[in-house]
Amino acid sequence: MSGRRLFATPARRAAVAPFLWMLLFFLLPFGFVLKISLSHAVMAQPPYLPVFDPAEGIAALKAAIAALSLDNFRLLASDHFYVLSYLRSVVVALVSTSILLAIGYPIAYGMSRLPARWQPIAMILVIVPFWTSFLVRVYAWINILQHDGILNNVLMALRLVSAPVVWLSTDAAMYIGLVYSYLPFMILPLYATLAKIDPALLEASADLGGSRLTTFWLVTVPLSLPGIGAGALLCFIPIVGEFVIPDLLAGSASPMIGQTLWLEFFNNHDWPVASAIAVVLLVLLLAPLLVYERVQRRRLEGTR
Amino acid sequence: MMARPALARLSPFNITSLALGLAFLYLPIVILVIYSFNASRLVTVWGGWSLRWYMAFFNDEAMLSALAMSLRVAAVSATAATILGTLAAVALTRAGSFHGRTLFSGMLYAPLVMPEVITGLSLLLLFVAVDAQRGFWTVTIAHTTLTMCFVTVVVQSRLGSLDRSLEEAAMDLGCDPFLAFVKVTLPLILPSVVAGWMLAFTLSMDDVVIASFTTGPGSTTLPIRIYSEVRLGVKPEINAICTLIVGSIAVVIVAASLVSKLSSRQGENAAPL
Repeated sequence: MSGRRLFATPARRAAVAPFLWMLLFFLLPFGFVLKISLSHAVMAQPPYLPVFDPAEGIAALKAAIAALSLDNFRLLASDHFYVLSYLRSVVVALVSTSILLAIGYPIAYGMSRLPARWQPIAMILVIVPFWTSFLVRVYAWINILQHDGILNNVLMALRLVSAPVVWLSTDAAMYIGLVYSYLPFMILPLYATLAKIDPALLEASADLGGSRLTTFWLVTVPLSLPGIGAGALLCFIPIVGEFVIPDLLAGSASPMIGQTLWLEFFNNHDWPVASAIAVVLLVLLLAPLLVYERVQRRRLEGTR
Repeated sequence: MMARPALARLSPFNITSLALGLAFLYLPIVILVIYSFNASRLVTVWGGWSLRWYMAFFNDEAMLSALAMSLRVAAVSATAATILGTLAAVALTRAGSFHGRTLFSGMLYAPLVMPEVITGLSLLLLFVAVDAQRGFWTVTIAHTTLTMCFVTVVVQSRLGSLDRSLEEAAMDLGCDPFLAFVKVTLPLILPSVVAGWMLAFTLSMDDVVIASFTTGPGSTTLPIRIYSEVRLGVKPEINAICTLIVGSIAVVIVAASLVSKLSSRQGENAAPL
């Protein structure tokens, strides 16, 4: 035990550099987002009115606070474009997380029932696509889904359709891209909990007369709930703010909120509105983020 | 007959879902690789095997300079992220409880799922507020911030499963904690530190959104460049570039798994993520 206590203080010192780094480059920037979301857009560089300059003292601070405005947030609440954008993001994230769960669960379940020496190989096979470039994977689907792409060629060769189907720039393409890109994030936490289930419990259920299906629903599924939760959060939160996949695969008629933020920032140069969108998105994601943080902390620090 | 009971656990449904799942994960990449060798300009009409799109890439100055930029950003940010992330993992697994621990772990886990548009925008606003010249260093700082969190998770899961009596024995035998860490702990966690560095490198080579926010004129990274080309439509040259990316990642993964097999015979191998 002597060593354990000796280690604690230097280990605490190890926290200093990463702590300061994350304060400076992760937490502090949110302060700037909040500040600029409360200011007015101007045609300048940078394109927002500075809200507060500490060099000008208390009087200036009062004036600055008086100048803070909620106009950007009022705009977000009153303009249907933004409201619909948020709604669509949440709906898309919910739908794709459900599809991911429906596809990922049988795969993770199959993995957990493989002979023990095959399981690490199956896990590597699932992880490898996660390591290959995300952009490459989305691009691969453009190849397949485009007008004269492989999917249409195959469908026409099989005489399932008589003319090429429009796949690109549709919601179907976007869902395919989302499910494809996030599948490893769903499978791995599911597999981690499924692999830990004690086979004795399944045998006990069978001995007590449970059929395979009853055992699955009454034993396996409840025991894998932590994995379901972790996988769902790991997919849902980033998908709500996803930009590249809807931008490349979906149509431009109804953008998701990540696309709207991008549009306000890069095309309209309206930094205050873009910041306000980010603030609202963050608030929207706060509850799932806090739950996720707790799950992650328990998962990683419970192993000690 | 020995394998029989193990295989009996697999129902036909299990086998089908595994096979379909793996096909779904790999088929698009395989198709992409095959078509990168297509001689035809039309992406989906087969015109025989050819390397012309690879030649096109190696003659594309803008693409090559974007690649060079990305490699530099990825190398520097992955190295910084590995140092910071390993320190953070040590603190989280070895320091017990300390002031701000919840905030610390929260700041390290949140970026893993934080939508990239938020991270990118917030970092850009910070850089603008301090009037930093945007370019190589701002992208590198942004990537370090994101990827050090992934390094922390990878190294932390290894540190958590490590037998601590070894480092305690080293200290009982007179090592100070720093020496015990360098001589005992670090060699044991080295495979996961290397895995963390590689994950950080690949993530940096892959990022479009955060780099778009934090980069400046003249510092285009490869993903930004590919992204703007893809937006304009499919070009066979992009197939070639993507195949090169997949190929180099495959080489790295095979090399890494060989290294970790050679260096960590001592048992449980914490998987990256």
